[in-house]
Amino acid sequence: MTPVVAPSPLLEVRDLRLSYRGREVLHGISFEVAEREILAVIGPAQSGKTSLLRCLNRTVEMIPGAAVSGSIRFRGEEILRTRRVHELRRRIGMVAPLPVGLPMSVYDNVAFAPRCAGVYDRAALDAIVERCLRQAALWDEVRDRLDLPGTRLSGGQQQRLTIARALSHEPDILCLDEFSIAIDPVTTMRIEEVLRKLRSTMTIILVTNLNQQARRLADRTMFLWKGDIVETGETTAMFESPRDPRTADFLSGRVG
Amino acid sequence: MGLLIRLCGISAILFVMGILLFIVREAAPVVVSGRVSLVQFLTRPEWFPTSEVHRRYGALAMIAGTFSVTGLAMLMAVPFGLGAALYLSEFCPPRPKEVLKIVMELLAAIPSVVWGFIGLTVLSRIIVTLTGAPVGVNMLNGALVLALMSVPIIVSIAEDALKAVPDSYREAALALGATRWQVTWRVLLPAARHGLLAAVLLGVGRGVGETMAVLMTTGHAVQMPRSVLDSVRTLTANIAAELGEAPAGSDHYRVLFLTGVLLMVITLAINVTADLIVRGVKRS
Repeated sequence: MTPVVAPSPLLEVRDLRLSYRGREVLHGISFEVAEREILAVIGPAQSGKTSLLRCLNRTVEMIPGAAVSGSIRFRGEEILRTRRVHELRRRIGMVAPLPVGLPMSVYDNVAFAPRCAGVYDRAALDAIVERCLRQAALWDEVRDRLDLPGTRLSGGQQQRLTIARALSHEPDILCLDEFSIAIDPVTTMRIEEVLRKLRSTMTIILVTNLNQQARRLADRTMFLWKGDIVETGETTAMFESPRDPRTADFLSGRVG
Repeated sequence: MGLLIRLCGISAILFVMGILLFIVREAAPVVVSGRVSLVQFLTRPEWFPTSEVHRRYGALAMIAGTFSVTGLAMLMAVPFGLGAALYLSEFCPPRPKEVLKIVMELLAAIPSVVWGFIGLTVLSRIIVTLTGAPVGVNMLNGALVLALMSVPIIVSIAEDALKAVPDSYREAALALGATRWQVTWRVLLPAARHGLLAAVLLGVGRGVGETMAVLMTTGHAVQMPRSVLDSVRTLTANIAAELGEAPAGSDHYRVLFLTGVLLMVITLAINVTADLIVRGVKRS
């Protein structure tokens, strides 16, 4: 019998430290993300959740004074030292908490990344736009007004537009940062449905301020507290019997 | 006290109205009396204001002079100015940026007569050496000086326009895997286009209205320009040079005021257009 070799993780974070102008906000954290799982990252405000995501696609570099050390390996390649940052960002998509519609039409918003990657064929772009808008559960609402400026959509629609946009370059990992803070519960549920479907094709890292959202969606959950990982585990197990008292306090609402 | 402040506030309107009224009043009689036809003034290139037998007041050559010098200047200043603004706002590290902005302001503060001086002595010699033109004071010289003078204005307004584009656009575009240049071309320039257009128009306004520097550098010859090495005369330089010699109240004197009205109409139109464009941004 051949020995079963554990597949190497899609993303491997080792001793990741991040500081802003000397103030350390991530204190050397290590974790792994597997192919096609949903990993939820929970924790109170200021625990470093957003900062962690920004390290993964290196948008952290846009913050003046940010210094990162440690290692993030994506399919074996070191992210922190890669020179092809824009290619990396096409592999690791990001959805921000507040939707930012680029100042262009719905169509152009979704076609933006493919065009940047060199896709100009109209038919190919049409297909990408339709696929992404369908995946983001927005197609039926905007199919007749793709020429409308993206900023004219409602808040929930704009958030789905940013998801569609993040899907347009077919990322391997989709990172979502508290996507539901600006939208209503019904839309949140629709997007959660979208994410469940996407799990079959990509890995999702979901930073959320809603513990129940993590519980509904995630295969595994990671609890971040003041820049350290307190606990990572299979979601149901963690919610039912947290190992660390801090996790228990946070999940039960006593702190955080 | 309140009255005083209010007076200060509305004084700008009073001054503009007063100036307009004054130059129109000085210019009107010669047109109303029919001694000079407005159509001839605008369409004939012959300008012989002091001739005894063949007196002509055609401003077309000088209109062409003004627009050709300004146009050529903008051809050089707009790409350069917008490029500099882009560099300052998007690519320049913070510390050199501060230095560059201060130098740019210094450049804007150089008096136009000094620019004229540089054109007359330095640039004209270079132009003669490089092109073999018979005289160094010509359209090219004036346009170069005007370009140098308008670049600081274009840069500062264009940079403001680029700075007004929210950072969230830059971040969103970069996070989608766009390179810095792609962000610049596909997001920033379209988003800032109104402000950039206003910057260009204010540069044009500067060019049309500039007097001393072009008087000193363009050669001041009344002729329809055929090449960039021809000497030309602009509307502004013509007024500056001839008003002192025109007897007050004469036809010549009044036609020079008519030229002033024309200039004011042109610059007002440019400024109002720029203003409307900037307002358009704020509304959308």
